[in-house]
Amino acid sequence: MSKLIVSLSPHAHSRDSIERNMYGVIIALMPALLASFYFFGLGAVIVTATSVAACCFFEWAICKYILKRQQNTLLDGSAIITGLLLAFNVPSNLPIWIILIGALFAIGVAKFTFGGLGNNIFNPALVGRAALLVAFPAQMTTWPKIGQWDTYLDAETGATPLSIINSAIRMGDASLLEQLPSSFDLFLGSSSGGAGAMGEICALALLLGLAFMLYNRIITWHIPVSILGTAFVFSGLLHLANPVYPDPFTVLLTGGMMLGAIFMATDYVTSPMTPKGQLIYGVAIGFLTVVIRNWGAYPEGMSFAILIMNAFTPLINNYVKPKRFGEVSK
Amino acid sequence: MGGIHPAENKLTHEVATKVAALPKQAIFPLGQHIGAPAKPVVQKGDKVKVGTMIAEAGGFVSAPIFSSVSGTVFKIDTAIDATGYRKPVIIINVEGDEWEESIDRSDKLELVAAHPELTPEEIVKRVQNAGVVGMGGACFPTFIKLTPPPTAKAECVIINAVECEPYITADYRLMMEHADEILVGLELLMIGAKVTKGYIGIETNKPAAIELLTKKCDEKFNIAGSKFNVEVVPLKQRYPQGGEKQLVDAVINRQVPAPPAIPVNVGAIVQNVGTAFAVYEAVMKNKPLFERYTTVTGKKLQNPGNFLVRMGTPMKDLIDACGGMPEGDNKLLAGGPMMGKALTSVEVPICKGTNSVTIISDDEARRKDAQPCIRCAKCVGVCPMGLEPYLLAKLSEVKNWERAESEDITSCIECGSCQYTCPAYRPLLDNIRLGKSTVMGIIRARAAAKK
Amino acid sequence: MNFILIAVIVLGAIALIAAIVLFAASKKFAVYEDPRIAQVGELLPGANCGGCGFPGCSGMADALVKGADAGSLDGLMCPVGGAETMGKVADLLGMAIANSEPMVAVVRCNGTCEHRAKIAEYSGLRTCAAMHACGAGETACGFGCLGCGDCVAACQFGAISLNPETGIPEVDEEKCTSCGACVKACPRNIIELRKKGPKGRRVFVSCVNKDKGPVAMKACAVSCIGCGKCEKECNFGAITVENNLAYIDHTKCRLCRKCVTVCPKHAIVDVNFPTPAPAPKPKEPKKEEEAKA
Repeated sequence: MSKLIVSLSPHAHSRDSIERNMYGVIIALMPALLASFYFFGLGAVIVTATSVAACCFFEWAICKYILKRQQNTLLDGSAIITGLLLAFNVPSNLPIWIILIGALFAIGVAKFTFGGLGNNIFNPALVGRAALLVAFPAQMTTWPKIGQWDTYLDAETGATPLSIINSAIRMGDASLLEQLPSSFDLFLGSSSGGAGAMGEICALALLLGLAFMLYNRIITWHIPVSILGTAFVFSGLLHLANPVYPDPFTVLLTGGMMLGAIFMATDYVTSPMTPKGQLIYGVAIGFLTVVIRNWGAYPEGMSFAILIMNAFTPLINNYVKPKRFGEVSK
Repeated sequence: MGGIHPAENKLTHEVATKVAALPKQAIFPLGQHIGAPAKPVVQKGDKVKVGTMIAEAGGFVSAPIFSSVSGTVFKIDTAIDATGYRKPVIIINVEGDEWEESIDRSDKLELVAAHPELTPEEIVKRVQNAGVVGMGGACFPTFIKLTPPPTAKAECVIINAVECEPYITADYRLMMEHADEILVGLELLMIGAKVTKGYIGIETNKPAAIELLTKKCDEKFNIAGSKFNVEVVPLKQRYPQGGEKQLVDAVINRQVPAPPAIPVNVGAIVQNVGTAFAVYEAVMKNKPLFERYTTVTGKKLQNPGNFLVRMGTPMKDLIDACGGMPEGDNKLLAGGPMMGKALTSVEVPICKGTNSVTIISDDEARRKDAQPCIRCAKCVGVCPMGLEPYLLAKLSEVKNWERAESEDITSCIECGSCQYTCPAYRPLLDNIRLGKSTVMGIIRARAAAKK
Repeated sequence: MNFILIAVIVLGAIALIAAIVLFAASKKFAVYEDPRIAQVGELLPGANCGGCGFPGCSGMADALVKGADAGSLDGLMCPVGGAETMGKVADLLGMAIANSEPMVAVVRCNGTCEHRAKIAEYSGLRTCAAMHACGAGETACGFGCLGCGDCVAACQFGAISLNPETGIPEVDEEKCTSCGACVKACPRNIIELRKKGPKGRRVFVSCVNKDKGPVAMKACAVSCIGCGKCEKECNFGAITVENNLAYIDHTKCRLCRKCVTVCPKHAIVDVNFPTPAPAPKPKEPKKEEEAKA
């Protein structure tokens, strides 16, 4: 008889794994990826492939040559997610060298300077995007129009719904909003002449991803629902007060709102640990996004709202505790 | 709140209980209950019968131990018990099967109505003298639970028939085969605790037991003229629902506060089904606790089964009766896979609290390497006590005991849900358990210094 | 020019107000600290190892000054700085201090892979504390070294390392400061602080197994079986056998090494002696029970 194996209890495991969760997120991202291929064609393929490959390369290289770790974390899938999300946040006509810089920022600066997976304070893909936005404002704020199958760098650019909204608010002219596509078109991403970042073009595809992740218990409902709910209510009140602010459906369906609420804010590492904390975090992100969109310099506020709340996550974790069993509520 | 749904693996649900063969040698650890170890009252060479007391209670929180076999005391020595260490034991060589005459060995169902001498005090005394302890695994002396401290008042008795651990089916078989005795046991417990309300909490994966017990309760208790009212409460499956505090919450919707509060502080006395049966036998049949229902199970075991086994029987005998230890890597557990204790020896005997002998084989026997915490918060979601396991484990790792205490590490019930669910395979409970025992030590030292 | 003037005035006013507030605060909330505490703190090694029983060197310094005020430094000892540091501290505080002998951490287990067969495989958190809580560990000895290196992790001075061949920690005598952190870290109390001895020469029982003879013998080839031969051999009353285990009192041992030679299980170890222990004197063959069981 061979030796008996001993350990402390428990002796059973759910067989859940980091890989299962990470690849689950990747599968959930597939509808949005396919949608971006469909709408942006060649450019989307090149940008996505470059971004994912670059993120994986930097993950592997930093693990192996700089940190000299035994366990290489390349295969856990987190770098692929970062790569996909980075690609989703940039225009599909972005030159390859800029994407490489973004990937280096995302993996090298935002992730590994803090110790790699599980230790980063800020969402790597968003840090990459923010860095690119600051460094290359021209390239990062011109968005190609959809439906250009075979173009990459030379794609024709156009105004995004968010920039229309932004100018409407600036000029105080509600009639500009009439240029916006209908909510249904925004939902499918199919409006003619629409433009935007790769991953945010089709809300339907992103919601499919959300359903998949909720069904497989990869994430809980708290963060997406609280973000979208807050943004809806807050922008709805603004719209009622002054019709120059867009209606709440448009707010939810434009820009990075869905992508951010479903995939970026729900990043395990940078979001709070308790359901209560997640609700606070989500409400704050929804509120900040609407504030930045309506009164800030940039037409889009999602990524900054998430980064700001990432910074508050440790504080939320410290002060927002779950209700202990048997605790008498004060 | 919280909880998980582990794969049930109740392989032996419909396997009728068999009587296990007598061992050649029976081993009785002196510390098989919570509290002070028992003190031997026999010496090497003494002749004992089935039911002879071989060790007396070693203090107030303690219980006597009775021989389950007849024969000669071989020696009083040390042997590896379920703690994994060598502890004092009494070893008896088995000769024949001669019982103490005082034990009623008939199958006749004794009813409380026929015994007017059974006052609450008498019942508690008999339970104490028979060495009955909690049979669900914790082994807390039952008579203490029946006499709550003066600051608390019992309102009901809750029978724990949840059996939420995977694999184990001993309680289920007991309910199916001895429902009448269990109900008499419950009646005795209610009289002993001076209450008239009883509950039986069963998970819905045991529909046959729910149906049977509901029917019997309605016939026996819930009729005109009955002093007692007993409710069978079907519960949605969820581990660790069989934990005392969780069960009280699920059945009567009251939450027991943090330690040192116990269920009776909210009016509930929780007893396992096996304990109710043992109480019946102790009070009505004058039979001390020396036998129990135990499941012997494992996916690779040839014939897993349920056994009525004499305590002191080495696990090896039972495993052999089920087809022997499987080939390859195995983990031998006293108890189920969630809270069971891994053993290094197959010679460890069945004790009062051994509800199962579980063999986990191959890949499942070994832990996977831990990966970095990805802060997915799943451990927080499943913790039935509303704690933050990731944080407690980290605080234990860095030995920040003050913070660990303020984060309520002592409330942890060590159910293992966090570690079960952790996608990074982190040894959360290993760390928390060490931290908890250190913090408990600090708290005790502080209390001692105050005095 | 006007706006420069305004800026200068505004900033100057802010600076003035801040300075007044800071001055007032430093007066009002000033905490008096005995200057000797800082002086003593400078003499201490600053390793914050906790070997003295205080959270760190500043805690120790505080306690030393308080002790001096109370008139005694008894019970206060910096094991790292040793007699030298304590002498300096005593001078500073105007106190006398008893000289203490240099000590060293000693690992009292010799249950190497070759001496002690593995009977189980541990697959959990790899710390001694976790393995100890789980049971006897991978071998049949419930007292001996678990080999996960909790002591190595506890040592602030890099003085303990696990020998990969034996699986047992080894103490570097040069680096060991006898702070006792490893002693506290070991869940099985295997490590003990003993007198370093002249030229580092020491004799000790390298076993802590309290099992009865046959059980201990089965578990490990070099276990103490409590036979008591060493106790009888010792002329200085330094050896006592209790609970099937011999213990050499290092304050009484005179390093004659007779016990080393008589131990049938080679459980008594001598270190740093230039020559091997002398052969046992031819003795009347006496019937001694090998084991107490």
